[in-house]
Amino acid sequence: MTDMFPQQIDVALSVNGEAVEARVPAGRHLIDFLRLDLGLTGAHAGCEHGVCGACTVRVDGRSVRGCLMLAAQAHGAEVWTVEGLSETGEIADLQEAFVARNALQCGFCTPGMLVAAQELVASAPAPTREQIRERLSGNYCRCTGYEAIIDAVEAVAQARAGGAAR
Amino acid sequence: MSIRFGDPDRPNSYIGRTVPRPNAPRLAQGRGRYVDDLAPPRMVHVAFVRSPHAHARLGAVETAAARAVKGVLRVFTGAEIAAVCSPWVAVLAHLKGLKSPPQHALAVDRACWVGEPVAAVVAASRAAAEEGAALVDVAYEPLPAVTDMMSALDPETPVIHPDLGDNLAFRRLHHEGDVEAAFAGAHKVVAARFRTARHTGVTPEPRSILVDWNPAEGQLTAWHATQAPHMMQTVFAQHLAVPEARVRVICEDVGGSYGVKVHVYPDEMATAAIAKIMGRPVKFVADRLESFGSDIHARDHEISARLAVDADGRILAMDVDDWTAIGPYSVYPRTSAIEGNQVVNLCGGPYAFADYRAQTTVVFQNKTPTCQYRAVGHPIAVAITEGLVDMAAAELGMDPVEIRRRNFYADDAYPVTSPAKMRFEGLSHHASMDKLLTLMDLDALRADQAEARSRGVHRGLGFASFIELTNPSPFMYGIGGARISAQDGCTVRMDPDGSIVALSGVTEQGQGTEAMLSQVVAEGVGVRPEAVRVVTGDTQVTPYGGGTWASRGAGIGGEAALLSARALRGAILEVAAAMLQADAATLDIRDGVVVDAEGGAARLPLEELGRIVYFRGDTLPKGLPRELVQTRHFITSDYPFAFTNGVQASWLEVDVETGVVTLLKHWCVEDCGRVINPQLVDEQIRGGIVQGLGGALYEEIHYDADGQLLNGSMADYLVPMAAEMPDMVIGHVETPTRESMLGAKGAGEAGTAGAPAAVMNAINDALRPLGAQVTEMPFTPERILRALGALDD
Repeated sequence: MTDMFPQQIDVALSVNGEAVEARVPAGRHLIDFLRLDLGLTGAHAGCEHGVCGACTVRVDGRSVRGCLMLAAQAHGAEVWTVEGLSETGEIADLQEAFVARNALQCGFCTPGMLVAAQELVASAPAPTREQIRERLSGNYCRCTGYEAIIDAVEAVAQARAGGAAR
Repeated sequence: MSIRFGDPDRPNSYIGRTVPRPNAPRLAQGRGRYVDDLAPPRMVHVAFVRSPHAHARLGAVETAAARAVKGVLRVFTGAEIAAVCSPWVAVLAHLKGLKSPPQHALAVDRACWVGEPVAAVVAASRAAAEEGAALVDVAYEPLPAVTDMMSALDPETPVIHPDLGDNLAFRRLHHEGDVEAAFAGAHKVVAARFRTARHTGVTPEPRSILVDWNPAEGQLTAWHATQAPHMMQTVFAQHLAVPEARVRVICEDVGGSYGVKVHVYPDEMATAAIAKIMGRPVKFVADRLESFGSDIHARDHEISARLAVDADGRILAMDVDDWTAIGPYSVYPRTSAIEGNQVVNLCGGPYAFADYRAQTTVVFQNKTPTCQYRAVGHPIAVAITEGLVDMAAAELGMDPVEIRRRNFYADDAYPVTSPAKMRFEGLSHHASMDKLLTLMDLDALRADQAEARSRGVHRGLGFASFIELTNPSPFMYGIGGARISAQDGCTVRMDPDGSIVALSGVTEQGQGTEAMLSQVVAEGVGVRPEAVRVVTGDTQVTPYGGGTWASRGAGIGGEAALLSARALRGAILEVAAAMLQADAATLDIRDGVVVDAEGGAARLPLEELGRIVYFRGDTLPKGLPRELVQTRHFITSDYPFAFTNGVQASWLEVDVETGVVTLLKHWCVEDCGRVINPQLVDEQIRGGIVQGLGGALYEEIHYDADGQLLNGSMADYLVPMAAEMPDMVIGHVETPTRESMLGAKGAGEAGTAGAPAAVMNAINDALRPLGAQVTEMPFTPERILRALGALDD
C-alpha cells in the first residue's frame, strides 16, 4: 500500500529569495526542512501541533505554522524566515523596537512573533492594542507577559503610519 | 571605596539605568544558538520508550523490530544504562525524615508514572528513533496506581515503594506560640480549604541536551539547556564515573527555564550515558507530549487553613494544614520537599503576629514528579494568607487595605524574625502599599465597581501582599549535603585593546543576566557597558558557581561581578599610577580613560595602558604588579535568605452568566532592593505576573483515577496568550540589602508569587454580594458557576 506513494518528493521553491531544490521525505514538515536541511535555525519547533507559533514563517505572503505544513506542500512557494527578513531589512524597525522595549527575553518565540507581527503591521495601518493582542494570540511567549511585545508592535505601527503620512 | 548610588550624575553611573541587552539583537535576528540548533559531526538522536502505565512491573523488552528500522543504531534497556549510570536518591539531611527510593535513568524493574522512560532507541535521525521506539515491545504487568493525594496514607492504599514502609515522603510541623489558646480567645475565626492545581512550566524550548564523550581525551561535553551548569557537571561526574574535571557543561541560549531546567532528569542522564557508551554525540530534545509527561510538575496542594483576628482586625494566630503529592520520586538533587517546606516558611509572611502552626505533608503518588518551579511555594502561601486576610476583613466589615495596614510589620521594625522563624533584614510593606495606591486611583475603581454593579456587571478588586525569598545562602541546599553552590564568582579581565571581558558563574535564560553583568562591570571598572563582553554558561571557562535559580543572579552574581570589577579597576590604576608617576588614589577611570579624579582631565586611555602592559612590559618598573585579570566570589552570610516584599492588585470582571473572568488591569509594587536595570526588573515582574495569572485562571494538569495524563498538549493545557492578558503597572520601593555593596535582592519570582492571590481576592470581591466564593485554582468558568450555584450536576 505504502509503495503506491512516493517516500521522497522533489521540491523546488524560493527560500529567503534564493532558489532551493531538494528531495525531501514525504513526511518532512516545513519547519524541519528549514531547520535540518537548510540550516535556517531561526524559527523553532516548539509544540509541533500548531499552538505555540514558534515555527511561524511566511509562505506566499502569509504567516504559516511551519509545523503544520509539509515541505512537499511548499513546492513552488516563496518562503521567508526571520533570517531573510533580517537580511532585507524589512523587519528592522520591529527588531529594533523589540530590543529597545525588551519585548524578548529568552528569544525562542521571537522569530515567529516577528513574522506574525510584520503580517499584522503590514496589513493594518493603525491597529489598536486589542487588535494587536488578538492577532498575536497564536504566538506563545512565557517570559514577557506580552505587554512589552504589544508596546513594541504598537510603536512600530504608529511610526510606520506616521512615516506614510509624511 | 563605595559607590554613590544616590548620585545619578556620578561618573560611569550604569547601575540603576536601563542599558541595552547585549544578546537581544542576536536573538531578534534568529541568530540564537539553542541546543537543538547544534549538529556536530557523527551526531545521533535518541528517543525514549515511555511507560503507558502509571505503575507497572517491567517484564521482557523485545527490541528486534525496533532494531530493524532503517536508521536505528542501538536500543538500550534500563539494565544496560544502569551498568553505566548509577542511581540517585533525592534526600537532603536538613529536611529531616525525607525519604525517596533510588531512581534510575531508565526504569529497571518498575515504571512508576505515565511517561517514565523505560527504554531508549538511538538512530541517525529523530524520526527513525521515534519509529523504532514505537516498535519496542515491553511486557508490562500493571500494578495498582496511587493517584489520590488525601488518601495516599490510608491503610488500605497500596504502598508505592514497599521498602520505604509507607507513602509518606516528608512531614514537617512548625509550631510557634499557643495557637489553640489564640483561636479560643479570638473575636473572629475564618477558615477555608484552598487548592492549587498541578502545573507545569511549558518552557517554549523543550528540555534539550546534546552530550559527547570523547574517549581519546576521557572528556564528557554536554551542551545543555540548564540553569545550573556546575551542578550538572558534578552530577554527570558522580553518576557516570567521570572525574569532575573531565566534564564540561556548556549552556548557550536557553529558551525559557522558570525552574524547570534546574533539575536532574532521567532521560537527560540516559542521553549522557548513551553518549559514553557509543563514544559519539547524542541529542535529546523532548517533544511537547514528553514535556508534559516528564518535565517537573508543581503546585499540587490542598490546604485547610484558618486565621484568628481580634475585633480591631489584628491577626492573632494562623493554622495551616498543607498537603502535596510529589509523584513517585523526590527529584534530584534539590528534592521535592522544598515546596511544602516553603509553604510552612512563608505563610503569614507580611504580618506581625505571634501564634503560628503549620504542617506540610508530602506524599508519593503515581504521577509525574513535582519539584521547584518559579516562585516555589510562594503562590500557595500567598493565596492561603491573603485569601484568609480578605475573608477576615469581610467578616469584620473592614477595608482590605486597612486590615493589611493594621497587621504589616512596621517599616522601621526590622530586623525581625517571623513566627515561621524567617529572618527579615529590611522590608517595606507600608511604603509599598502607599506606592501601590498612588498608582491605582482606588476611589475611581470603587466608584466604577459600584456603577457597574448597578448595571448587573460584577467587577472586583483584589490585593495581595507578599514576601519573596531570594539570594539563598547554603542554608537552602548546601547544609543538606547537596553539591549546589550558593557562592558565585566572576572573573574580569582587561584585554590589550582596553576592552573588558567578564566571565560569570550565573547564567542567562533571557532574564537579562548578561546585560546586568555588563553594566555592573562597566560601572565597577569605569568603562561603557558596550566595552564589556560577558561570558556565561561554560564550566570550563567561568568561575564555579550556582547558576540561576531562586532569584540569585543579580544579588549574588552581580555582587561578585562588582567586586571583581572594582579589583580590576584597582589593578589598572596601580599600573597607571606607575606610568603617570602619580598617586593611584588621585586617579579614576571614566569611559575607558584614566583621568584625574579631581577635575576629570584625561591622562591615559585604557588601550594605551593595555599596549604597554601586554607588549612593552619592559618599560614598566620591574616587580610592578600588572595583573589585569581579577576574580572575586560572593556569598551571603548574615542572613540565610534576602527576603523581598511587594503588593499586587488585580482588577477584573466576572461574567456571572458564563463564569468567564476578564482581567482588566494589574498592578505590582515590589521592593527588590537596589534596582540595577529598571526595564529588566519591570519585565521580570510582568512576565512573572502572567505566569501567576496562568495558574490562577487556566493551568491545570489533569489525570484520571488510573494515573493517565489527560491533557498533555498545548491545545488541552491552557497557558496565557496575549489576548487575555492585561496591561500591568509596575512600581518600586528600594530597600537595599546591607549584605553587599550592590544592595540588590532578587526580582524573578515576585510576580508569580502574588498574582494568583490577587486574582482570587478580586474574583471573590466581585462575587461577595452574590454570596459566592472560590478558593480552588484555576478559577475556571465551571468552578465560578458552581460557586454561584448555577451548576448543580
